[in-house]
Amino acid sequence: MSKVMEGLKYTHSHEWVKVENDIALIGITDYAQDSLGDVVYVDAGEVGMIVEKDEMFGSIESVKAASDLFSPVSGEIIEINQEVIDNPELINEDCYANWIIKVRMSNQEELNELMDASEYQEHLE
Amino acid sequence: MKKTVLYDRHLELGAKMVEFGGFLMPLEYSSIIKEHVAVRTACGLFDVSHMGEISIRGPQAADFINYLVTSNVKTIPPYRMIYAMLLHDNGGILDDLMIYKFLDDEYLLVVNAANTQRDFQWIVNHKNDYDVIITDLSNYYSLLALQGPLSQDVLQKLTNFDLNELKPLDFRTIDIANNEYIVSRSGYTGEDGFEIYGTDDGIKILFELLLQDERVTLCGLGARDTLRFEAGLPLYGNEIGDKVNPLEVGLGYAVDFSKKFIGSNSLQKIYEQGPKHKLVGLELLDRGIARTGYEVYKDGKLIGNITTGYMIPGTNKSYAMALINDLTLKNGDIVNVRIRNKDVVAKIRNKRFKNK
Repeated sequence: MSKVMEGLKYTHSHEWVKVENDIALIGITDYAQDSLGDVVYVDAGEVGMIVEKDEMFGSIESVKAASDLFSPVSGEIIEINQEVIDNPELINEDCYANWIIKVRMSNQEELNELMDASEYQEHLE
Repeated sequence: MKKTVLYDRHLELGAKMVEFGGFLMPLEYSSIIKEHVAVRTACGLFDVSHMGEISIRGPQAADFINYLVTSNVKTIPPYRMIYAMLLHDNGGILDDLMIYKFLDDEYLLVVNAANTQRDFQWIVNHKNDYDVIITDLSNYYSLLALQGPLSQDVLQKLTNFDLNELKPLDFRTIDIANNEYIVSRSGYTGEDGFEIYGTDDGIKILFELLLQDERVTLCGLGARDTLRFEAGLPLYGNEIGDKVNPLEVGLGYAVDFSKKFIGSNSLQKIYEQGPKHKLVGLELLDRGIARTGYEVYKDGKLIGNITTGYMIPGTNKSYAMALINDLTLKNGDIVNVRIRNKDVVAKIRNKRFKNK
């Protein structure tokens, strides 16, 4: 049974978003990390990169599989979590505590298109 | 989809299952990294019952097998095994296999699960007038692999047979807890270990006995693949297949040109003209993982593809094997692996990534 956190927004491609004013913290969900298995590599693009909603910005790889990362919102990547880049296993240990990128959103209305916790839970079932 | 006799136990033990070679098999139980490290440092237990077993016996069994495969079964004594390949007429690899020699007129061929039916048909179709009996025993035998430096200690606790008598690639029929098993000192991980064949009931019993030993870690096909890769061993479907021949992938040591076998004429010609490809090891010098199929470039020119690549579990070393067509490249030379849109720098090296 995959853990879903209240208070976050979710995508169909299993990213989560935590909103802090106009900044979106983005990570992957428990379902995603469990499907991947041991995460060994995270490529999160570069600071300054402009991303579009649903556009690929990087990849996350386990021993066995590579999976693309899609940005849930449009904006500019203003920070990459270096701790996660250096220790990708943090994603397995606590996927909701370890965000991957911070995006300064250019269109906060896009958040309305994302699922809330109960909708995402339903999506998983 | 086929299941092994241990399928229900795998589910109870929390395995993540995956389709492989027509079977539903455990991919991992806990974590591929933990399972990989367990085999390198202690002992891992794998259900590999999906492998196919084909028996060939009869007065002309040795001659028939020597006609079928690249290796020469007359060069080994009874109760020894030898690595071999079945080839197409054009020299392409139909399958790779281990041959167990029981007696001069009795052999067991252990083949890749995905190829069992095709191999069996191929063998039957090439029987001609050879005086042999060919039997597919894949449904009769189940198979466990116990791999890692503690394997002998773990298995010895369960049998009176002195396992010191088994040197690498030796095998015997051994009694364990009042059941009979074929036990060979062999495996597919680059570690010491044993492969154990038994009946369905025998394997169920032995699986539980081995699991009771707390030094044993259950391992799935995920770790089996990272382990064989790190040891530089080829996998059918990745490094080898119908479109490559043994000389291109460094398997010439398993070809005996002193005899005739299916594909030997073509292979002899390839040998004389020189192969067109070679299988190399790569160490990635930049961040990234080279996955199967990714393209390899030298100075902007496409020279081949990745056959397998991993970040070695428990390390941050990213290695790959690649089949390339630039035969001038040597160990130490630099190439690029195209990972999505990025060209990642990699150095050619030997394929045995594991430190001895």
